[in-house]
Amino acid sequence: MTAVAVAPAGRPLADTLTMLRRNLLRAVRYPGLTGFTVGIPVVLMLLFVYVFGGALGAGVAPGVTAGAQGRAAYLDYITPAIVLFAVVGAAQSVAITAAMDATSGIMARFKTMAIAPGSVLGGPVLGTVVQGLVAVVAVLGLAVALGLRPAAGAGGWLAVAGLAALVTFALSWLCVAMGLAARSVETASNTPMLLTALPFLGSGFVPVETMPAGVRWFAEHQPFTPVIETTRSLLAGTGLDTSTTVQALAWTVAIGAAGYAWSRSLYRRERR
Amino acid sequence: MTTDLAVDVRGLRKSYGDHSVLDGVDLAVPAGTVTALLGPNGAGKTTTVGILSTLLRPDGGTVRVAGHDVVAQPEAVRAAIGVTGQVSAVDDLLTGTENLRIVASLHHLGRREARERADALLERFDLVAAAGKPVSTWSGGMRRRLDLAMTLVGSPSVVFLDEPTTGLDPRSRRALWGEVRALVAGGTTILLTTQYLEEADRLADAVAVLDGGRVVAQGSPAELKSAHQAGSLDDVFLRLTDPSTLSTAEQSTEEVA
Ligand SMILES: Nc1ncnc2c1ncn2[C@@H]1O[C@H](COP(=O)(O)OP(=O)(O)O)[C@@H](O)[C@H]1O
Ligand SMILES: [Mg+2]
Repeated sequence: MTAVAVAPAGRPLADTLTMLRRNLLRAVRYPGLTGFTVGIPVVLMLLFVYVFGGALGAGVAPGVTAGAQGRAAYLDYITPAIVLFAVVGAAQSVAITAAMDATSGIMARFKTMAIAPGSVLGGPVLGTVVQGLVAVVAVLGLAVALGLRPAAGAGGWLAVAGLAALVTFALSWLCVAMGLAARSVETASNTPMLLTALPFLGSGFVPVETMPAGVRWFAEHQPFTPVIETTRSLLAGTGLDTSTTVQALAWTVAIGAAGYAWSRSLYRRERR
Repeated sequence: MTTDLAVDVRGLRKSYGDHSVLDGVDLAVPAGTVTALLGPNGAGKTTTVGILSTLLRPDGGTVRVAGHDVVAQPEAVRAAIGVTGQVSAVDDLLTGTENLRIVASLHHLGRREARERADALLERFDLVAAAGKPVSTWSGGMRRRLDLAMTLVGSPSVVFLDEPTTGLDPRSRRALWGEVRALVAGGTTILLTTQYLEEADRLADAVAVLDGGRVVAQGSPAELKSAHQAGSLDDVFLRLTDPSTLSTAEQSTEEVA
């Protein structure tokens, strides 16, 4: 028998980059999914600004009248929520990727190879962050094209992108776990849909003060609200509220850590 | 050199819940040989391959592959093996070339080496013409060949093939047999499972029959035939395996024959 040079447990960085390359290639080969992650927030933004904006805009800022003025105010108001929507959409797609890999046998192949175990799920997660950023840039580009004139400087824009990347990263780990937990690719595409509802049940589209007590309590305490508010402050170039920013980061880290731990335990589970 | 076993399994046990699948399996595969693992559907062939390739945890017994314990040194085992599972493990969205290059990168070959290795394997498995097309457009036989090519990228010393020829047309099957023979000639050890007794007869140095959670016979095809006074491995198989599972085994052999 030939003596085999015993490799160490893979090379985490090199293996993760290889897996990232695989996932970006897949995204290029299957542009439908990426098109979706960019297309849905874009359509949503057009719908909310041009159909609802004229009326709703009058309710989000004092002294704004319905019509064109309302649309402009509403564009201002919902841009952070649409950014979050783009992030959620991208994260959802990684659940499908994870479920496809688990059911197709390719994940089993990777598990029998001497590679860094974290790279098998880390690659798709990083690929999703790239896709999420593409979608976020598209949404912000559209917002500017529609007339948004945020006061944010270069630092503010970078912070918006950084926060979006961080939230995509955290939500992706949660969605990877949902994909691995699903018995089929169809289930994997449905479970994370719940996340889509969250921006609506927060401060994304209307001020929470206008909601009935129970809903308002939920809206004020759910994780997406501080993320939306932080993005809003960054774009507006007003100072950050420390407590809101800390909440946004704490939620993000907590979701990411929980999602990562859940993904890891599902990955290690025996599965046929 | 009686200790030069590429696969050394003793008293292997594995159950799912209270359903015992492997109940004291002993199996020895000398380095540089081909062993065929036979058994009716549900006998535990895939489970055995899963344990040997570190995908599943054994409940009891000792399992050594390429000299390493699968539980204590899974990384060392993984560095030595190549696995072609029963379920195809290729990336449908990528091309053949991309599939091979990704696997080559995971073996830490340099860019150029990865490229050369991928090209050589495409050539060897007669996949050059379709190499640039997404694998989803390929035939079953081509996908199976790519699957095997991906398994061989890292030049493994021990190769596990779980029903590698199931569903293949006779020509593809023969081509795959040729590959197996070439690998063994080059010093590789192979353990394959198969539903085709003819395949085991032609290809394997040794045959192990798995039934009722144990290996009920192991030896060369000729030894087994003479020990059971049987004209063919078919007869050996029928005599050895539990009659209650025969109907399914017979059915499935006929279906695919
Ligand atoms: N993950 C699992 N959970 C429960 N039962 C399983 C699981 N995997 C396999 N089995 C059962 O174990 C037995 C052996 O399966 P398998 O190893 O696939 O057999 P073979 O490959 O010989 O057809 C079968 O009865 C099968 O239903
Ligand atoms: Mg099987």
